[in-house]
Amino acid sequence: MTYAIKAEGLAKRYGETRALDGVDLEVPRGRLLGVLGPNGAGKTTAVRILATLLRPDGGRAEVAGYDVVRQAHQVRSLIGLTGQYAAVDETLTGVENLVMIGRLLDMPRAEARRRATELLARFDLTEAGGRAAKTYSGGMRRRLDLAASLVGRPQLLFLDEPTTGLDPRSRADLWAVVRGLRDDGVTVLLTTQYLEEADQLADDIVVFDHGKVIASGTSDELKATTGAQVLEVRPLLPSHLDLVAQVVGDVLGSAPETEGGLVSGSVRDPSLVPSIVRRLDDLGVVAAELSLRKSSLDEVFLALTGHRAEDAAGGGDEGGDDGRDTSPDGGAGGGSGAHDDTRGGSARKKEVAI
Amino acid sequence: MTAIMPAAPAVTVSTRPGVAATLRHTATLAWRSLVQIKHNPMELIDLSIQPIMFLLLFTYVFGGAIAGSTGDYLQFSLPGLVVQNMLFASLTTAIGLNTDITKGVFDRLRSLPIARSAPLTGRIVADTLKQVWAFALFLGLGMVLGFRVHTGVLGVMGALALLLAFALAMSWAAVLIGLTAENQEKVQIMAFSLMMPITFTSNAFVPTDTMPGWLQKWVEINPVTHLADAVRGLLSGGPVASSATVSLLWAAGLAVVFAPLSIRAFRNRA
Repeated sequence: MTYAIKAEGLAKRYGETRALDGVDLEVPRGRLLGVLGPNGAGKTTAVRILATLLRPDGGRAEVAGYDVVRQAHQVRSLIGLTGQYAAVDETLTGVENLVMIGRLLDMPRAEARRRATELLARFDLTEAGGRAAKTYSGGMRRRLDLAASLVGRPQLLFLDEPTTGLDPRSRADLWAVVRGLRDDGVTVLLTTQYLEEADQLADDIVVFDHGKVIASGTSDELKATTGAQVLEVRPLLPSHLDLVAQVVGDVLGSAPETEGGLVSGSVRDPSLVPSIVRRLDDLGVVAAELSLRKSSLDEVFLALTGHRAEDAAGGGDEGGDDGRDTSPDGGAGGGSGAHDDTRGGSARKKEVAI
Repeated sequence: MTAIMPAAPAVTVSTRPGVAATLRHTATLAWRSLVQIKHNPMELIDLSIQPIMFLLLFTYVFGGAIAGSTGDYLQFSLPGLVVQNMLFASLTTAIGLNTDITKGVFDRLRSLPIARSAPLTGRIVADTLKQVWAFALFLGLGMVLGFRVHTGVLGVMGALALLLAFALAMSWAAVLIGLTAENQEKVQIMAFSLMMPITFTSNAFVPTDTMPGWLQKWVEINPVTHLADAVRGLLSGGPVASSATVSLLWAAGLAVVFAPLSIRAFRNRA
């Protein structure tokens, strides 16, 4: 199998901080790899190394068979990069931004213009093409930025938190574009702090934490690794909540969580569920809702890292401000203590059994 | 969609750019820095508002008090103003570069298969052209106000060449500042608090004989003094050789110190 990206033991330090601490990655051609992790986990550092912007202190990486350090120029001619910032020249128009990239890629003027027109149309920017990019909305800038990274028809695209700070609609638009690219055979490496984004888009997921890969696999494989499913019971009468919690805790052998009128517990053995139902029935408790579902990626992440992904993102602000990953402990440290607060709120029901 | 992104992209793996490609990339990036003027011609005025303001203020506010008449003072101060403006303008390279870095444009450019130096040289070429414009504007406006060139075309060209040579040497310092400063505001503060004292502690605007002795010693060393003298000589006539030589030595010195530092800072980013 040919790998579009192959990295072994990548390491990068900033002073005492190990931004990357021995990362291995393999991305087969044409796949979409989601790199998931909190802010400061080393995602951006990895992308910058693979995109030849940063030299690793240790390890090696090849992109399309070319070494990212010794054959950086060849690598650059094959990749597209969209960073956390909308890296467009705000004083130039949309057309000019794209023509500039085309010209830098040695396209003749006419071809560069044609390509710019094409891409603007594709990203729904035709009308705005003649305006300076500083007049664009955040979503438009991101689209222009993505268009800029596609001017050279890259085989391989790096998307570093492409949707951070975008509103839900712009995010959905961008997802559609990314899916389209993957369908066109482009290998994509996408970093994200959003579990849902990785779940939605990625063929394969690697989870980064503190500069290391702590898990990898497909979304389903990752969900299966914790081995647990989640049982959720909502009693019809709120006064039964404590009783339900007690029963669920007794049968499962671990204390469930109660929030918003919902009791949820981690289930390793699904055959225990009927006995819970029986006991509740015996006690005369009517369940308005009772479901068994796979763990969400969110819960997987919690199980793997001991903290929630979105807590570690430092409150979900722009997120990219600390994008150089110079302070990997910036957000991650506060995560473990606070995770219970968001429980239930972020654990969305996806599959409902029973 | 497939027309735009074919399943098997016909990608050519390029090899290192040669001289022709390097020049082409530089030209494209210089175009990029200048093309905004086309949409916003006011940019040219923005670029020149400070020179115009200084020229008018110095001539009509200080002129009579310092030199007895505004006309005499203009003849004395215009070369100094030209030098001051060149120094300030040379730091716009730092601001532009720093903006590119903070906005991520610099990374985008570095992820492209282009000549490594092009993001720097493109900007410097554009900024040099802006220097030429500012010089022409100064001279043109100065002549409207009564400044007279007593030497001729060669003198004017010589003054311009000397200023550009110094500006290019300064751009090494500007590149270092642009690459290392945290943000654009810091660059501006740094530029202002460095350039104001340096340009004022010289003979650019006033005769120096009333300054205290210790200050006069610095004035004698200050490159601005020598540049202003040289430009004065080249435009109004008078001795040029020694002041021009000292100016060029200063330029060489700046380049020798800052070029390696800038290149190192650039490499560290790369």
